[in-house]
Amino acid sequence: MNQAMDKAKPTAVALEDATVAFRLADARVYTAVERARLAVAHGEFVAIVGPTGCGKSTLLNVAAGLLKPAAGAVTIFDQPLAGLNRDAGYLFQADALFPWKTAIDNVAIGLEIKGTPRQKALEQAQAWLTSVGLGAFANRYPHMLSGGQRKRVGLAQVLIRDPKILLMDEPFGPLDAQTRQVMGNLLLELWTADRKAVLFVTHDLEEAIALADRVVIMSAGPSSRIIGDWRVELPRPRDIFEVRLDKQFHELHREIWGVLKEEVMKGYAQSTQAGGTN
Amino acid sequence: MSRAALLLCQVLVAVVVLALWQVFTTVPLFGRILLPPFFFSNPIDVFSQIINWFASGVIWKHLAITLWESILAFVIGSALGILVGFWFARQPRVAAVFDPYVKMTNALPRVVLAPIFALWFGLGIWSKVALGVTLVFFIVFFNVYQGVKEVSTTVLDNGRMLGMSERQLMRHVYWPSALSWMFSSLHTSVGFAVVGAVVGEYLGAAAGLGYLIQQAEGVFDVAGVFAGMFVLSAFVILIDMAVTVVERRLLVWRPAAAREA
Ligand SMILES: Nc1ncnc2c1ncn2[C@@H]1O[C@H](COP(=O)(O)OP(=O)(O)OP(=O)(O)O)[C@@H](O)[C@H]1O
Ligand SMILES: [Mg+2]
Repeated sequence: MNQAMDKAKPTAVALEDATVAFRLADARVYTAVERARLAVAHGEFVAIVGPTGCGKSTLLNVAAGLLKPAAGAVTIFDQPLAGLNRDAGYLFQADALFPWKTAIDNVAIGLEIKGTPRQKALEQAQAWLTSVGLGAFANRYPHMLSGGQRKRVGLAQVLIRDPKILLMDEPFGPLDAQTRQVMGNLLLELWTADRKAVLFVTHDLEEAIALADRVVIMSAGPSSRIIGDWRVELPRPRDIFEVRLDKQFHELHREIWGVLKEEVMKGYAQSTQAGGTN
Repeated sequence: MSRAALLLCQVLVAVVVLALWQVFTTVPLFGRILLPPFFFSNPIDVFSQIINWFASGVIWKHLAITLWESILAFVIGSALGILVGFWFARQPRVAAVFDPYVKMTNALPRVVLAPIFALWFGLGIWSKVALGVTLVFFIVFFNVYQGVKEVSTTVLDNGRMLGMSERQLMRHVYWPSALSWMFSSLHTSVGFAVVGAVVGEYLGAAAGLGYLIQQAEGVFDVAGVFAGMFVLSAFVILIDMAVTVVERRLLVWRPAAAREA
């Protein structure tokens, strides 16, 4: 477990003992994440894995500046974060496309609001849609797309703005196993080209290891903590299909899964208990 | 049921009803006429009255007036509804202060305002427009208010993360959401604009469909009353069809199921 920090490059995202608490309806306070300490170096790909409900999305919201931690600090490129994180592109877990805009307009909007002329924005949007495999779906409205297709439009919408930090919350969640791998390879290809800092949430440990430089494990909530941080030393460029056959991959998978499994069981027991007492 | 069979059945209903109406009002059954023609007229008289109106062309003036009043009521009512709806949704404090008064005004049966509007705006078209506006306004207002309030927080957050300013959020997120709510109640608000116009005319006017019906009633011309009702129904159906066409175009982005609702 090592905090890899390249001193020459600034840290893109750093959470320093960030604690997040929600006020519940009955005035109780629910501590979702406690003292999370996480640093993503410039150009680093970090995957977060943890049992459902542990606070992965919460952590991304904090990094995006949508949620203020109750305690602790957030710094972006070594500057304390105030308000929204303007350097980040955020691919949300829930549907976030504008339902009244077509796929191409959804993608182009990111440029249009920066003042790019519409015609030029549309051209680039079409190119992005093509690169996520949806070139032929430009004029569809979100409700005419499948869940996986919507996620890919969302990816294009975020990437077209060329953010320095990429926050992704289970972006390949609704995709089938094969498309997941294709999209994973595409993401790696795009990332290799300009090395953004990536914070990638997934519930698929194999996917996390195959994609990331580091895999971070969170414990089951409440008061979830970061309980593990593994460096993935697999060589790049990687191919997601092949990397899974690597011996090193299997060893790492077994090691991380040993820790994760326990948390998953704990998380499951807690959520069923909570459901039972209500 | 196939389309043709359905249409046939629908026509059949009209034929049967009209035939019964004609028989009961003209042919004595069991020694007497069941529906006195003085109160019920009969289909032939009613339709000859309608044909007469269209042949002589007097009806066009009345239709045009009612249509114009409805359009004005709809446009003004919608504009005010959108404005106030947006304002209240973005300023919860203002909304909280005015809330009881909005509820009170909306609870008032609008017909009682007609005499006041006649006093304020005279017997011309504006008193009818005012009545229609009070009806349209509340429907549009409530829907726009809801539309702005109900924007999905994820979509809103997405807009913010994409770098939208407050103004851009207004244009790309709040506005389309509010409009979609408004459009989904388009049939109701357009219908109420017509109701306002016709009721206003009925209660005091010099022209319009409502006036035509009221005049016929005044001289116990039952055929005229029925004729006016039929023309009015056809008028409303035509407007409703136009609204459906507009709606289809404006709400293409919505799933069909939601559009039906
Ligand atoms: N607004 C809120 N108010 C109260 N509790 C919240 C709120 N948002 C999240 N939580 C709670 O915080 C915890 C973490 O939520 P979060 O959405 O971050 O989970 P997650 O790890 O992303 O789960 P999943 O993998 O299912 O997406 C959950 O137990 C959730 O119930
Ligand atoms: Mg989540």
